[in-house]
Amino acid sequence: MLTIQNLHAGIEEKKILNGINLEIKAGEVHAIMGPNGSGKSTLASVLAGRVNYEVTEGSVEFLGKDLLEMSPEERAGEGLFLAFQYPVEIPGLTTTNFIKTAVNEIRKYRGKDPLDAVAFLKMMKEKMAMMEIEQSLLSRSLNEGFSGGEKKRNEIFQMAMLQPKLAILDETDSGLDIDAIRIVANGVNKLRSKDNAVLLVTHYQRLLDYVVPDFVHVLYNGRIVRTGTKELALELEEKGYDFIKNEANVGEEVNQ
Amino acid sequence: MNTIEYFKEQFDQLQSENPDSGLQSLRKKGFDSFTRLGIPVRHEEWKYTRIGSLFNKEYRFPVNQTTSVSWKDLDAVRLPGHEQANELVFVNGIFSFPLSTIRSNQLVVMPLEEAAQSEYKEIISKHLGHSGKYLKDGINALNTAFVKNGLFIHVKKGQIVEHPLYLYNITDARSGNILAQPRTLVHVGENARVQLVETYSTIGLDESFTNQVMEIIVEKDAWAEYYKIQNDLPHTNQVSTTHIRQIGKSYTHAVTISLNGGIVRNNLNLVLDAERCEGHLYGLYLQKGQSHIDNHTVVDNVKPNCFSNELYKGIIDGSATGVFNGKIFVQPQAQKTNAYQSNKNILLSDNASVNTKPQLEIFADDVKCSHGCTVGRLNEEGLFYLQSRGISEKIAKSLLLHAFAFDVLEHIRPEPIREYVDKLISERLEFDIA
Repeated sequence: MLTIQNLHAGIEEKKILNGINLEIKAGEVHAIMGPNGSGKSTLASVLAGRVNYEVTEGSVEFLGKDLLEMSPEERAGEGLFLAFQYPVEIPGLTTTNFIKTAVNEIRKYRGKDPLDAVAFLKMMKEKMAMMEIEQSLLSRSLNEGFSGGEKKRNEIFQMAMLQPKLAILDETDSGLDIDAIRIVANGVNKLRSKDNAVLLVTHYQRLLDYVVPDFVHVLYNGRIVRTGTKELALELEEKGYDFIKNEANVGEEVNQ
Repeated sequence: MNTIEYFKEQFDQLQSENPDSGLQSLRKKGFDSFTRLGIPVRHEEWKYTRIGSLFNKEYRFPVNQTTSVSWKDLDAVRLPGHEQANELVFVNGIFSFPLSTIRSNQLVVMPLEEAAQSEYKEIISKHLGHSGKYLKDGINALNTAFVKNGLFIHVKKGQIVEHPLYLYNITDARSGNILAQPRTLVHVGENARVQLVETYSTIGLDESFTNQVMEIIVEKDAWAEYYKIQNDLPHTNQVSTTHIRQIGKSYTHAVTISLNGGIVRNNLNLVLDAERCEGHLYGLYLQKGQSHIDNHTVVDNVKPNCFSNELYKGIIDGSATGVFNGKIFVQPQAQKTNAYQSNKNILLSDNASVNTKPQLEIFADDVKCSHGCTVGRLNEEGLFYLQSRGISEKIAKSLLLHAFAFDVLEHIRPEPIREYVDKLISERLEFDIA
């Protein structure tokens, strides 16, 4: 589904990603872990098409198409979704109107007619129940005055409404209490199927208790330095990132 | 003959034809002020808005009623909800009784000249022309010099006017340039309540120049809402003065929406002339092409314990210009004043410009006043957020701009008018969620 080859990217002269290689197949859940500043969020941003990042080398193929050539809205149309680490507050735009526009824009991209009001409301009610979101929250301005947990639940609610093929969750678990993590994880698990894939970007192992990954990758200095299964996450939780850093640094020296 | 000489001739004729109208001395005062002050050039209050050249053109300047506007013309400019509204029509600055419809019996509506000789003559002599104290330029005086066929609206004491008042200013520029000078005095009686909505429409391809003055007097325990919608053609210019004076503890609320026009200058004065008055001023201007919008507001806190809040927002595109000048006076006796002001602008093109200037003159020591202004571009992070959900850049921008306008639009209380303005803005921004 997603093939990343030798991806180099940065922001304003600063190199952050230094040759990422990653292959995600349909039906898989991948977790990307790593210490602060290792490039996790940059990878998520580059994949979603955030403007100020510049790709200097490498390629990303998504469902057979060149992802890097596409605008952010085309990527969404193709089935990519990014749950933001810091969802943006937009006073004056209700969540309902925002979602409705997004759903219909994506349908338009796929050559489908807009959803009628009844079908849209039915779908919204179902996803609201799943994410334990109240109607009153959706009538309010998008993310404005939402608590941290409400913002993250709203992200997963949007994901559930847009039904992406590949969902990238950028530190969706950070700042959440255990109940909120359970709700978020439940939403992600409901989306899992043999046709979809999930990329979890996280700092902690905690979320992985609820959303069990098939692969865990450790990112350090803009490179994937280790890949394993869910046991790797447990090992990181126990030992901290230092042993990875040491290993990686030793590797660098040997290479030189 | 130049324009000034033409005004003089018209003025002399008007005075000689109407010797005992009760408005003669006011007109005389107006014309003397006009002669003394002249058309504002190199005037501090007109620094960013040059209207001198507008007076180099020839205008027809009707002083008496000549209704050239048909019912069909009126139908074309009617606002939604008009079936339930009181409709008051001005043609070329002159109030037209035949085209107007008054549905509410809580109202007294009559031509100014008639009112000046009626049981309301004291109200007229006391309040008509009060705006001249605040506008020391020839433009306001020019309107006063020709006051005759204006409109007097009186809302009876203790009455709630259920149906809003729609005021249509129609200018017929089908055969020659027109200078229209509508004049209105609204008196909202004690414990009365009223909503006013005003629009401006020019028919025809010749130029129109509207120099309007509306004075609204609000008595004790009264409530007045005023909505101005400016969406006229690019070849129309106007100076529009709204002077709100609260003379008893009362509530007022004004929203100014400016979407189209050539040069548009709004003077909005809020005079808090009694204790415990509350006044809200909101404005939204969406400008494009070559248009020029200037909102000059004055909030004068004359008495203690008053509250005022002011929020003006602008979106400027093309080569358009926005000007905001917000003065707040707190007079020495006006202790415990709360006065807030904010002006926020988004520039959409490199050639768009905004001049924004808050001016606070505070002569009392126990007051809370704040002001702030911003000029910026569209929020990039918000744009990316919307795009990442599959929303095209064009629609995402439209949604963000509409959202920016929301906290002004939400203060338009009459439902059909709010929906109407919302639709105009959706059309302008080329996207409608509905």
